[in-house]
Amino acid sequence: MIRLEKRPTPSRGWAWATPIVAVLATMVAGGLLFGALGSNPFEAIRTIFWDPIFGEFAFYYRGQLLVKAGPLILIAIGLSLGFRAGIWNIGAEGQYIMGAIFGAAVGLAFYPMEARWLIFPLMVIAGVVGGYLWAMIPGILRTRFNTNEILVSLLLVYVAEQILAWMALGPLRNPDGAGFPGSRNLGQYASSANKELIAGWGMHWGVVAAFIAVIFAYILLSRHILGLNIRLAGEAPRAARFAGVNPERLVLLCLGISGALAGLAGLFEVAGPAGQISIDFNVGYGFTAIIVAFLGRLHPIGILLAGLLMALTYIGGEAAQASLGLPASAIQAFQGMLLFFLLAFDVLTNFKLRIGGEARA
Amino acid sequence: MDFGSINPVLLIAALMLASTPILLAALGELIVEKSGVLNLGVEGMMIVGAISGFIVAVETGSPALGFVAAAIGATIMALIFGVLTQLLLSNQVATGLGLTLFGLGVSALMGQSYVGIRPPASPRLTFFGLSEVPVIGPIAFNQHAMVYVSLALVVAIWWYLKRTRSGLILRAVGESHDAAHALGYSVLKTRFAAIAFGGACAGLGGAFLSLVIVPQWTEGMTAGRGWIALAIVVFASWRPWRVLLGAYLFGGVTVLQLNLQAAGIAIPVELLSMSPYLITILVLVLISSDKRRAAANAPASLGRSFHASA
Repeated sequence: MIRLEKRPTPSRGWAWATPIVAVLATMVAGGLLFGALGSNPFEAIRTIFWDPIFGEFAFYYRGQLLVKAGPLILIAIGLSLGFRAGIWNIGAEGQYIMGAIFGAAVGLAFYPMEARWLIFPLMVIAGVVGGYLWAMIPGILRTRFNTNEILVSLLLVYVAEQILAWMALGPLRNPDGAGFPGSRNLGQYASSANKELIAGWGMHWGVVAAFIAVIFAYILLSRHILGLNIRLAGEAPRAARFAGVNPERLVLLCLGISGALAGLAGLFEVAGPAGQISIDFNVGYGFTAIIVAFLGRLHPIGILLAGLLMALTYIGGEAAQASLGLPASAIQAFQGMLLFFLLAFDVLTNFKLRIGGEARA
Repeated sequence: MDFGSINPVLLIAALMLASTPILLAALGELIVEKSGVLNLGVEGMMIVGAISGFIVAVETGSPALGFVAAAIGATIMALIFGVLTQLLLSNQVATGLGLTLFGLGVSALMGQSYVGIRPPASPRLTFFGLSEVPVIGPIAFNQHAMVYVSLALVVAIWWYLKRTRSGLILRAVGESHDAAHALGYSVLKTRFAAIAFGGACAGLGGAFLSLVIVPQWTEGMTAGRGWIALAIVVFASWRPWRVLLGAYLFGGVTVLQLNLQAAGIAIPVELLSMSPYLITILVLVLISSDKRRAAANAPASLGRSFHASA
């Protein structure tokens, strides 16, 4: 009989090891899944995890890595602050969409004026404001009316998707687009384009913002009183109240930061890699970022690494789609599986396995 | 615009149809939450149920077998959640989210060769011609069998929680798992049974969507209904009758906005399409703004992990 014995404090070693073990276990289980779908499991795993970095076409894929990791890291950093404090913003996808819409609308309003020094910064601010305001809805409903922020933030994703469709077909539609849905291409408009900063690297302003966010979050959590309050509120809510942490302020702050960062990610995406507001502009970064946050142990450095890894599965997944005919959704299932394994192995962080015998007091 | 084309009798009949997936899923989640477990993976279980049921119904030609398969498929999903949260003591919020993300991926994977196919038709019951009775007929005697099953389930769950010993144990486990454990009841068995039941109900709801309402398979077709089911459980303050009310309210808004779209009202379609979600949020706000009343009936151990030796 296997029993679990609670550790007095969580094991630091396992806390670092579980993400790695979980990734390995996911590779094995994923291999079996791909095998069941009729492709060679070893080839599939190699195509997803190895070829994008070291394979024949790596020169193309390496650049894509940062393009995909940027928004994931940016969103996940914001989410991790709330998750640490027990505040569950799971509607980052909606905040990402609203940031993109706000930012794009500002950029399009100035079209075709040439003033990058003015327009691009204004778009960035608008993106932040869009995501922030959208996240404030669950925030204010939670603090004023005690409404569950998990459900409200998630339901607002569906509302945001409808607004996106409305914008793409209506107010923001390209007037010179021959009636096709979607806005003007912001990436081809010099004043609004979020261009690659170093050719071939995939490095754009969103990636820069992601790196800055990682550094800020690291300092915040390890050196600043606010970071301490966030951690305290999550780990010992009662102690936090006695220490004078205002829970309502914390809710608004955590939701606001995560919304602002998600909005920022949306703006950089719409002005760069995506280029335009379209009906299917959002591709689920807001949801995948939840996995990234957990895989990175809600720690800024961990999130940086987890974001890169998750970006790799996206790129590898696309490569596997092209070369092995694996369906696009296989990667989604794969990412979900990764979260399961992570949560499962996490038991080893908080508990010791004891085999046989009765519990000793 | 032509409001005359909206027939109130057909509207109510359609409302009952549209509400049933959410009603089924919410009833399942009600039992899960009453046992003290918060499973946020309803959306994932629903969509896996939708595709499992669809595949089996198409392959066997029998919608009934489809519904059975949907319940089984979603229960397997629920048991993954059970093993993780109950045996491996993982965080219930994170695990539930994972279940939804995983379910969306797996269902898309399972369903890739079933896009664009029509499932075998599931006939409506007619009750020996009673369906021909004006007004009452189309509403009460001309629905799909699962609509009656869902209504019977409301009564059964009310009776189970209120009047049976097993229901009392379930509630005890949900209120205080430590006390229930000390009295010798198996917290794990109770919770596993509840989680499995919740999965089966969500699966039936999903299959009702893919086999009866739409009836077709498209990726992500549950479109947030699992989350609305979760919201309805909160709205209902964990009472079966009010789950029925909440689900029918949501169904009513859905059907009404579809009718308004069809009637060509001068509001952008997207604004109408988002109304069910907005109404759900509004209702959540109204119900939770009174702190004492909202929390009065909430299971006290909701979302907390149970470890016997702790």
